[in-house]
Amino acid sequence: MAKRLERLDRGIKVRSDDIFALNSWREMLYIIAPRVLPVLLLLVVGVWASTYWQRVIMQVCMIGLLAISWDLLAAVGMVSLGQALFFGIGAYIAGVLNHYLGMSPWLTIPLATVGGAAVCTFLLLPVLRLRGIYFSMVTLILPLMIERIIEATKVFGGTEGLSGIESLPQGMTELIAAMVVVWIALFSFTRMMNSDYGLILKGINDNDRAVMSAGLNIYYYKAQALFLSSGVAAFAGAFITHAYQFVGMPVFALDYSILPIAAAAVGGMGTLAGPLLGCFILVPMNELLRGLGGMRTVIYALLLVVFTVGLPEGIFHYIKRKYTQFERWVEVDS
Amino acid sequence: MSSPFLSVENLSKSFGGVQAVSQVSFELEENKVLGVIGPNGAGKTTLINLLTGFVRPDTGKVLFKGQNLAGLRPYKIANLGVARTFQMVKPFYQLPAFKNLVLPLRSPRARHLIGGRYGDLDAVAKDLLEEVGFERDSWVIYKHASVLPHGYLKRLELARCIALSPELIVLDELFSGLSLAEVASLVPVIDKLKVQGKTIIMVEHRLRELFRIADQVVVMNFGQKIADGKPKEVMEQQSVREAYLGSEEEEGGDA
Repeated sequence: MAKRLERLDRGIKVRSDDIFALNSWREMLYIIAPRVLPVLLLLVVGVWASTYWQRVIMQVCMIGLLAISWDLLAAVGMVSLGQALFFGIGAYIAGVLNHYLGMSPWLTIPLATVGGAAVCTFLLLPVLRLRGIYFSMVTLILPLMIERIIEATKVFGGTEGLSGIESLPQGMTELIAAMVVVWIALFSFTRMMNSDYGLILKGINDNDRAVMSAGLNIYYYKAQALFLSSGVAAFAGAFITHAYQFVGMPVFALDYSILPIAAAAVGGMGTLAGPLLGCFILVPMNELLRGLGGMRTVIYALLLVVFTVGLPEGIFHYIKRKYTQFERWVEVDS
Repeated sequence: MSSPFLSVENLSKSFGGVQAVSQVSFELEENKVLGVIGPNGAGKTTLINLLTGFVRPDTGKVLFKGQNLAGLRPYKIANLGVARTFQMVKPFYQLPAFKNLVLPLRSPRARHLIGGRYGDLDAVAKDLLEEVGFERDSWVIYKHASVLPHGYLKRLELARCIALSPELIVLDELFSGLSLAEVASLVPVIDKLKVQGKTIIMVEHRLRELFRIADQVVVMNFGQKIADGKPKEVMEQQSVREAYLGSEEEEGGDA
């Protein structure tokens, strides 16, 4: 007798036209818990952790922003291999404003966010027409190119970088600020992607010619998505600059481009929350393996392979499916 | 009216060495249905792409109510009131059927005509789907486009086109791949559009259905217009018969 797995949606989301009817506290909890629990959990862990691990969590949040930014772009059909470009430009703007003009972090970070987004959007404007692999190739090259330009022209400290940048208020303030920004970014972008505006962005990924025939200028929408996405990543760069009190060529390193993609592969693409979850797994794992020296990269890579082969859809998709659906084995007569 | 509704003048386009469309001219009056027919590879779809801006013409003009559309971008042409469907359906597979229509409804033209940007677009979308033959209140309109059968996708394609409230509707082989019954149920939809005052250009291989609807037929072969006129007159021309007889087996089959 053959068997097959039957999946049934849990009957919480009763659709009556467009209203989700919630009938009890239990149902309300069912909707709210998966959103509130991670926020509380991270807060508790962050408060109790040692200073070293608080720093790691702060770093996770910033790489998480990079991953959210990557996933947002990917949802519009632009697969970026150069998150380091957005990250690095944000980092350098904040560093330069603070080092040369002495602006406080409360001013440089917002300026770097908006300015970085504007610069990145402007830089990538000519390649918005490119689709698929061609867009990816250009984004891969740009940060590496800027790195070499800084090395060759010795601007902004050249290979030495700019040190002695004003730090953020140490300890809890820095950590809480990082967490708040991550959650705001996650929930607002998730909401945006589910709105009618987000439908247009998803439509561009699905079929850009059909969007054009619907009377919408896809380049205008792509540029907006690019602005939002690069702004988030530039914020992460500016924040890290102030947290480490240093900015230099490493901010354009390939790591910052690859890590968000690895996080998305582990966590699950297309959900925004998935890549963030991936960061919460990958970055601390990287720290835990630090004691192993050279073997670290090998084990890290092996784990990545295990994750991608074992759960190709991503952890977040898997958890979501288990949470929202009943599963049972039913017999099939054939 | 001083200028004709649509006037195509000496439109040409070549891809490399292939002259896909060469020196095509025709005129179309408002509220008429124009059929474009011809053997495979005659340049019909390229002609549609030229009219709607998806391909830029090498030479020639497309005058729509006196304005030249040649060289404009597809979204600009759509906002001027020329909407099209694609032969290969292009739905938004990730979205439920009715949400597919939210995109054209968010276009500047549709917003302007419907009025108010915060109107209930979902309700408008459902009305439109009903207009092209979806059952209202059925589960089908909530299903993702990726699981809908071909017949529904063709209807969705048409709905996405009329969501722009266009004046000129360009249908690229709307009936291809549909069963006789499905075609029969779509014909009244097109009749209704004509009654509403729309002008329609149809590229079709199903000649029997087309001749029932069309007021004017343009026949193309090897990128050139070989005949233009009332359906009956056109089919009596020797050149048209020769173009079709050459590929009787492919073309005549479903006619």
